[in-house]
Amino acid sequence: MLENDLKFLEETFKQYYFDHFDLIHVPDRSKEREYGYKKFNSGMIRHMSLKTDKDLHLMLMTNVPSDVFCSNGYYSFPNLPMAEKDWKEADLIFDIDAKDLKLSCRKDHICMKCVSCAEISLVQDACPKCKSNKLDLVSLPCQNCISGVKKEVLNLMKILTSDLQIDDKNIRISFSGNEGFHVYVTNSSYNQLGSNERRDLIDYIKFQSAIPERFGFPKNNPSRTSFPDLGDSGWSGRVAKELFGSKSKRSKTITKVISDGQVAYQQKLEEMKNSIGVKIDSNVTSDIHRIFRLEGSLNSKSGLAKLVCQDIEKFNPYIEACLIEDKPVEILANFPIKFSLKNTKFGPYMNEKTSVPKYAAAYMVCKGIASISGT
Amino acid sequence: MISLGQDEIAKYPFLAEAGQYLKDKGFTLEQFATDPDLKIIVDKAYERIESAAEDKTYYPELDDPSEKETTLPLNVFSFLIAIVLLKLSGLNTLINKFSLAEARRAEKFLQRDLVSNSDKTSEEFAIKIFRDIFSVTIKKTGGYFVIPIPDYLKHAVNFHEREWKLVNRHVENGMVFLSPRESVRLIRWKLSGYIGSKIKSANTPSMSDGFEDKVKRLSTLAKKFVVNTVVTGAYPPCIEHAIEVLNKGENLSHSGRFMLATFLLGRGQTIDEIAPLFKNAPDYNEKVTRYQIKQVSGETGGNKTKYACPSCEKIKSNNLCYITPDCDNIINPMQFGRKRL
Ligand SMILES: [Zn+2]
Ligand SMILES: [Zn+2]
Repeated sequence: MLENDLKFLEETFKQYYFDHFDLIHVPDRSKEREYGYKKFNSGMIRHMSLKTDKDLHLMLMTNVPSDVFCSNGYYSFPNLPMAEKDWKEADLIFDIDAKDLKLSCRKDHICMKCVSCAEISLVQDACPKCKSNKLDLVSLPCQNCISGVKKEVLNLMKILTSDLQIDDKNIRISFSGNEGFHVYVTNSSYNQLGSNERRDLIDYIKFQSAIPERFGFPKNNPSRTSFPDLGDSGWSGRVAKELFGSKSKRSKTITKVISDGQVAYQQKLEEMKNSIGVKIDSNVTSDIHRIFRLEGSLNSKSGLAKLVCQDIEKFNPYIEACLIEDKPVEILANFPIKFSLKNTKFGPYMNEKTSVPKYAAAYMVCKGIASISGT
Repeated sequence: MISLGQDEIAKYPFLAEAGQYLKDKGFTLEQFATDPDLKIIVDKAYERIESAAEDKTYYPELDDPSEKETTLPLNVFSFLIAIVLLKLSGLNTLINKFSLAEARRAEKFLQRDLVSNSDKTSEEFAIKIFRDIFSVTIKKTGGYFVIPIPDYLKHAVNFHEREWKLVNRHVENGMVFLSPRESVRLIRWKLSGYIGSKIKSANTPSMSDGFEDKVKRLSTLAKKFVVNTVVTGAYPPCIEHAIEVLNKGENLSHSGRFMLATFLLGRGQTIDEIAPLFKNAPDYNEKVTRYQIKQVSGETGGNKTKYACPSCEKIKSNNLCYITPDCDNIINPMQFGRKRL
């Protein structure tokens, strides 16, 4: 990162932290958690312990981190190396990110940045300027992607509260600060589960590894009555809905399913993973020693805040999580697509100097598609 | 501790506090070693171990109602004396085999007690065993038993068949629905482990002349199970350790078995050569073992994938790494001994 940009982001983040102590708190049982942080242009520091909000705020002011993290795990000795921490339990956390939904709108809000010459262009096979094929993709805000992720979050919530019977007062949803949401389950009997157990739970939520026998189709003598019903609880009901659509089509569909055979049914169930399985990130949920971005802190991939959402359906991250001030800042920008933050449109820019609100400047610098003008 | 009636102790003798039980019945260990009238019990105890060693389950007078009244509860005494003999022999292979056979025996009773609608006391007792020993709260609803999902997952991860995956279970309101047979299957692993650890943690009595002959015979019995594997130093320490664990009749984790099988397959060994290594595993079943190795080898299984030996890093994270300087910075056990060439 360029010297000017680095200085700008550090000052901006520091100002944000100073102005928003009210949003940044240590979570419950802070003494048992591991903390970590990153500074701009440097590596991760982990295995820290912070006991109170005051410790946290002091750390923010002294280090001015680009990113701050806190463990889902609870330990006896959170600041010792991993092997000596003495793991007690860990919150169950799910991550749903727009990039994993692979929606068709993505091509419209993604551009690419050449690793060799830093040219930014529309997505293509090689850099139009230097022909290099080392390219990074940069995704800009998209309401359609956010709606898609919200839909997944709501499906996940249904499974958590009904199939798993988790009390919704123990569930918290947070915007990740970029393109996704994190769903936290705390204080539940799931906290005790290790990685292997969590992996089995992940397959349940993603609807992976389902077998035909379980969903009404045994190897021999399939019976029409054993197929799932629309009113069934859990996956049976959801499979029935997906398979039959409506009650009136059940009988006809079953005839076809049976005549197509068990292997075809197995295939159908596997495909349902994509249509009715919830698209959570398996690596995140199975990790019981992970550190997660701290709520209230800024995400250095965007300059947006990670925030708890009270009402996910109404929550608009590109307004509500955009908390950096709007004082004008001069930038030099060159990228071929547009985006919107706080209901204001920005871009495309043809290698031009322009003045934008500070939150937009921070967003573009974090994304690596603009620089602070050097005057 | 669960309080035990005569009937229950006969079915689940491992729940008894051995020393206390003998004392309550007015016996001492010495008497069993010396009293000719009690020799029948020592013989029974030996038989019980012998049939366990042959992978048979011991069902003497299973449903004999007279068992309850007799002054000599053969079932319980023979179990307790079997433990004494096993402790005196110090043979882990036999202790593991015995624990597994006893677990199978108890399983039968548990399953029967869970389905019997007539005998409420037995059913309640079976449910109590689930709760007190395995921390699994099960509740009967209709013909099913329901178990909280987290409890279910803790046990079900030991199974590798897809039917045990949560997605293939009837789940409702935070509960998993199981048949009585499945409920018992779920704790099988833990049950033999529980019996085994109880035996291993018991005090070893001092040797009496009356027991000596039987203990000697146990050593002969155990020799049958020693697999002659040549540990040559040609294998990396993680692999040698895994082979050693199996030879001792101890349980090797699923990831340990996977590592061993993929390694040996990678070194060109055949399924016929590899399968016997698992012979002493507490849950050994030749057909299942061969099937599992076949799957790993890519010969069968849905996707016909031939699995590669996991990396040293993966092995380390599974606590299966026993690194020595001979490992010489390799990143996969397959490279052991080759890197220097
Ligand atoms: Zn370029
Ligand atoms: Zn989109």
